[in-house]
Amino acid sequence: MNRIVVVGASAAGLAAVETLRREGFDGTLTLVGEETHAPYDRPPLSKQILAAQWDPVRLALRTPDQLAALRLDLRLGATAAGLDPGAQRVRLADGEALDYDGLIIATGVRPRRLSGPGAHVLRTVGQALALRDRLRPGKRLAVVGAGFLGAEAAAVARGLGCVVVLLEPAPVPLAHAAGVDVGQMISDLHRAHGVDVRTGVAVSAVADGGVRLAGGELVEADEVLVAIGSRPNTEWLDGSGLTLDDGVRCDQYCAAAPGVYAAGDVARWFNPLFGESMRIEHRTNAAEQGMAAARNLLGAARPFAPVPYFWSDQYDLKIHAYGHLRGHDTVAIVEGDLAERRFLAAYRRAGRLVGVLAAGMPPKTLRAWRTAIANGAPSAVGEGVPS
Amino acid sequence: MRIEFDEPKCVAAGQCAMVAPDVFDQRDEDGVAIVLEPAPGPEHQDAVREAAAVCPAAAIRLVGE
Repeated sequence: MNRIVVVGASAAGLAAVETLRREGFDGTLTLVGEETHAPYDRPPLSKQILAAQWDPVRLALRTPDQLAALRLDLRLGATAAGLDPGAQRVRLADGEALDYDGLIIATGVRPRRLSGPGAHVLRTVGQALALRDRLRPGKRLAVVGAGFLGAEAAAVARGLGCVVVLLEPAPVPLAHAAGVDVGQMISDLHRAHGVDVRTGVAVSAVADGGVRLAGGELVEADEVLVAIGSRPNTEWLDGSGLTLDDGVRCDQYCAAAPGVYAAGDVARWFNPLFGESMRIEHRTNAAEQGMAAARNLLGAARPFAPVPYFWSDQYDLKIHAYGHLRGHDTVAIVEGDLAERRFLAAYRRAGRLVGVLAAGMPPKTLRAWRTAIANGAPSAVGEGVPS
Repeated sequence: MRIEFDEPKCVAAGQCAMVAPDVFDQRDEDGVAIVLEPAPGPEHQDAVREAAAVCPAAAIRLVGE
């Protein structure tokens, strides 16, 4: 293998190129990134960056020296426009062709948007800074979508003294992921901090002066943030022959085709630990899957079977979660008390422990639960704190 | 190899302590990482590189590799 191309220069792509070098790949290593910035971290965008606590230089994932040591053919500001797996060739938007012996696709996702002018989305550092510059005490911010991103941004905006309305189409925010009770707790948390949380409202468009609801009402706002989920960046793969199905469809080795792997937010792969295909938009998964895809491209033949992990900061509450919560059919509070916002919730599917979510708990106590999830613990073992 | 740990960045995920338990631990009260071995020996270096790579906060930097 003489040349490997990695398309996507965020956490997953960076982890891939680092792993390739660490595992001894000594050939030409091309890293293509659409943004002009060197690889940077995204979770702080809706936290410390939006709150103006950090200078954006702190987002850099590696120093210039560390990047130089990787001896990359680094193409920043370059957009991949097509793939021909038969010819083993990636085409860039400027017409250049990159031939490869191995390819890793890590092109991530982009925010879904609503029709209408002037709304913010929050995915890139530029977008975060644009919103940050508009948030001032007394400004009215409407956040459309009360998922974790929207909820974090709402919390930061309240901390900055903004008047915040949080609009959510579902009856309870986050219920599909975390269950009704946990979703209600988070909703109550925002109300306690003065956010006008409106659930069960359908937003039809961004409008002059605010947000237009499906019923015609205008929710007035100075700024609008749309946080209604993401779409995988796979259009450049149309016609390539790869299976595109809400992401790049991969097997348990993260392989999409011979010599072609995918990692990070864009990859939908079969996770053998849970026995289903999933696409995970978590920071930790990006790094772990980038590493796994790189190793498998080099021949490791190791199934990628992680326990997903994410965290969320809202006000002074820190939420940690392990596992595949979306797959649950029952949820039980097994420690603490939801009303005190100090609890651990266990999620099960067909009796098997598939996830835990904790808030206000010592994070270290979660490690045993992660192990129990990784071991496929049945409910009897999952009751109480696993030893 | 020397470990530089940017503690204010740590999000208490505990990934490092799970990947390299001889080198990292977590504080009991808030889960923030603790570096047990700032200059880990050769037997730990693969695990430490893995820990730095999976840290979701990019808070672990390795110097002098």
